[in-house]
Amino acid sequence: MSAGVRPGQAGGAGQGPPPELASRTIFEESRPGRMAVSLPEPGVPSPGAEALLPAWARRAVPPALPEVGELQLVRHYTRLSQKNLGIDTTFYPLGSCTMKYNPRLNEQIAALPGLADIHPYQDPDQVQGALELFYELEQLLAQLTGLEAVSLQPAAGAHGELTGLMCIRAWHVSRGEAARRTRVLIPDSAHGTNPASVTLCGMEAVPVRTADNGRVHLADLERKLDERVAAFMITNPSTLGLFESELPAMAERLHAAGALVYLDGANLNAMLGVIRPGDLGVDVMHVNLHKTLSTPHGGGGPGSGPIAVRSFLEPFLPVPRIVRGEDGRLRLETDRPQSIGRVKAFLGHAGMVWRAYAYLRAHSGRDLAGVAKHAVLNANYIRVRLRDHYEVAYPGMCMHEVVLSARRQKRLGASALDIAKGLLDRGFHPPTIYFPLIVPEALMIEPTETETRETLDRFCDAMIELAELAARDPEQLRQAPRTLPVRRLDEVRAARQPVLRWRAEPAPADRPPLAEGDACAAASAGVPATR
Amino acid sequence: MRYVPHTEDDVRAMLQRIGVADLDALFAEVPREVYHPDGLPWPPRLSEAELRRHLEEIAARNVPLSSRPSFLGAGAYHHYIPAVVDALAARGEFLTAYTPYQPEASQGTLQVIFEFQTMVAELAGLEVANASLYDGATALVEALFMLQGGPGAAGERRRVVLSTGIHPEYRQVVRTYYAHLPYEVVELPLDARGRTDLEALAAAAREAAVFAFQSPSFYGTIEDARAVCETARAAGAEVVQVFDPIGVAVLTSPGEAGAAAAVAEGQPLGIPVQFGGPHLGLLATRERYVRRMPGRLVGRTVDLEGRPGYVLTLQTREQHIRRERATSNICTNVGLMALRATIYLAALGRRGLETLATICLQRAHHAACRIAELPGFALRYPETPFFREVAVRCPVPAAEVNRHLEARGIIGGLDLGRFDPAEERTMLLCFTEMTTPADIERLLGALAEVRAS
Repeated sequence: MSAGVRPGQAGGAGQGPPPELASRTIFEESRPGRMAVSLPEPGVPSPGAEALLPAWARRAVPPALPEVGELQLVRHYTRLSQKNLGIDTTFYPLGSCTMKYNPRLNEQIAALPGLADIHPYQDPDQVQGALELFYELEQLLAQLTGLEAVSLQPAAGAHGELTGLMCIRAWHVSRGEAARRTRVLIPDSAHGTNPASVTLCGMEAVPVRTADNGRVHLADLERKLDERVAAFMITNPSTLGLFESELPAMAERLHAAGALVYLDGANLNAMLGVIRPGDLGVDVMHVNLHKTLSTPHGGGGPGSGPIAVRSFLEPFLPVPRIVRGEDGRLRLETDRPQSIGRVKAFLGHAGMVWRAYAYLRAHSGRDLAGVAKHAVLNANYIRVRLRDHYEVAYPGMCMHEVVLSARRQKRLGASALDIAKGLLDRGFHPPTIYFPLIVPEALMIEPTETETRETLDRFCDAMIELAELAARDPEQLRQAPRTLPVRRLDEVRAARQPVLRWRAEPAPADRPPLAEGDACAAASAGVPATR
Repeated sequence: MRYVPHTEDDVRAMLQRIGVADLDALFAEVPREVYHPDGLPWPPRLSEAELRRHLEEIAARNVPLSSRPSFLGAGAYHHYIPAVVDALAARGEFLTAYTPYQPEASQGTLQVIFEFQTMVAELAGLEVANASLYDGATALVEALFMLQGGPGAAGERRRVVLSTGIHPEYRQVVRTYYAHLPYEVVELPLDARGRTDLEALAAAAREAAVFAFQSPSFYGTIEDARAVCETARAAGAEVVQVFDPIGVAVLTSPGEAGAAAAVAEGQPLGIPVQFGGPHLGLLATRERYVRRMPGRLVGRTVDLEGRPGYVLTLQTREQHIRRERATSNICTNVGLMALRATIYLAALGRRGLETLATICLQRAHHAACRIAELPGFALRYPETPFFREVAVRCPVPAAEVNRHLEARGIIGGLDLGRFDPAEERTMLLCFTEMTTPADIERLLGALAEVRAS
């Protein structure tokens, strides 16, 4: 079977490598003796490792890392990058992920030696600038969220959820109510991280139904609200892209019942600078710096998930806290008896703090409001352009994202997956699909505010063409994509016979014994794993 | 607005198509009393040039490690980052993609992760590794959960034992995560040589589900990891080792030692110290735990035409499928840091990493021997081997020594009194390829001036 990169592939590789080289791993590029770095001489009169370390401390078998020259290295990873779509190459309307433009200025700022090259254990007097940025970003996030205290420690949204839930739990402990308050109510449209975070916090996730209008089912919420409830965890706008206008009333009910309200801030972009979640009755929330505040998604992180809380929860926030002394100097405070403790080493994703701060200072208050308004404008524009071609999951105005259903197309023989793959052939990254789980054949489209009308129009044109193709020739769609480096991949095989790492094909004599049940062994026993 | 491209005509035409009069009408469902159409009070907007200057001024108030000799390590290490790492990791196709949900459009990211998983498994001497976790501390927590059978899994053994040789902040994180779980977290102190007391371990591990230790320890000491693993396993506990991703090129690997899982802070592999994050959590384990692993896993498969390709796999472990029954709540990890580590490890290669580890080892030993000759100074654990960090007893409190070094333009080591008041006269010094022989001479000269008061 010929393995090759097709002409016209994503990323514009131009003349691709010969077919047999197209999918080679770095390990296959390796030749003993090559190296892509130059290291200094030790420069001290010390003997080697054999003399400095006893035999029991020394490694017997060295790690089989690849050995390549610098150009081979650059070419290999440049070619791999060309097999990717990113915001820089392609419209990327991945719902709930807020794939907005990542400003290049912020990358340059984060690389300044005074920010990239500083250690968290330096004397605070040597890092006052860094502490200042932490302190200032906390203030700005407090203003945006309408909540009083912020911790920048959580490493991502899910980590923020867990941290926030731990604070809620600690608050209940302080009131002697933790033993009975073990339930967290979560709408059935929520991200999977919500219930997973609840479990990690030693509590029980209880789903709340979604009503016919796509909002939280108020009667169902009421029915499940009792003295066992620790918190209500809600996403607003919801993952359906709808504003929960009853949130203030729901929060009031929750508070009256002795429970708190956690807001999953994944969709904050719709409210940025125009709505402060604190005004809606929220007690705790996280902010995704990698979504709302434009820090790059990096192919799956790093994220950053600061949490903001009402002042009565401030004593429970993770340590250390950054505090300003009477002399104006900033310092780290760890002596907080009610704190939940640390949730990660050091202070948080500082590299994302620098970028998010820069993003926020590139905007005025009116500009930030404009971000939310244009994000909502773009989503609604897509909604009205596509509403005659796809079912809109719920009627009415949407916020920053619109959820469509390919139910109609599915009946004709082309699923949401097929539509997504068809988009790939038309030069677009697909939206989020099959989520929220409560919408069959869901297509969750979040355009963000940084795209032009022309791009949105081209995307809508492609979506309409795909709807027509689904009616006319669904088989053609089931064959998509055809223009990318690979066609549809066999995910069943990947899960049934997992090959999770590259292995050399040793000569039979020096083939290492493989552990029983080693799935990699099965894969390399038959066909070479490298072809 | 800085990054919004619409013209007034665009907005007008789009609003018309939607059928509303103005942008605020899009927010009709928002209660008026909480809606701020003109935005919130905010500092003035800065132009690009102003913003750069503003941040350069703030950055100039920090003292970069690269600006003077620095001997600070303790979990975040200043190693040289080859230019290729920054250059390749800055490519927009990598930088601005997200989790590879659409494999056909993400073969670059997916293959990088596959290579990363292979390299991490190789470093650890174990069979499989995942696509990364937030950092070394959270990787340790996830490894404990994995080995005990899940966060809430309560078998007969409801105890987790942590060696005090583990980074104190990692131990704090473990305690935070376990605060509401039906497990007891117990600490096992290092002995007078800075190593695990095997008899005490045998006793402590008898009721433990998992024993965790770090080698080289936070104090720099190297454990006899084989003996530690053997003792814990004989008592029926699974073992996770926190290892050093550079030291492991020359030191017994967790796999060789017999650990069931290994975790590390991958920051030394081409990632800036950047004030403590983002860094890179590494997790490797044995094949039998694959279906309990947290986080993303990439597998190799074939496409419709039989060509090799990569996908996210075994996703039924994960939160977006399994929700409250997932092995972890992790979603976004630190993909870009994993990319940097992959490029870094490929750039150094097998020989390069071993050479680098040896340089650290040699410089640390040279410096340690010389420091031990200075009046009033001594090694804290003189009988125990170490790698690139060494704990040194000082004639005066370490904080005082550091003030003296600062006055001489040197960033000193970590004052171990920060975590243990009994160690206020002990300093943890770190030596790498960045601490040149000349830097070491400067350090020795400055330390020689320190006298017991």
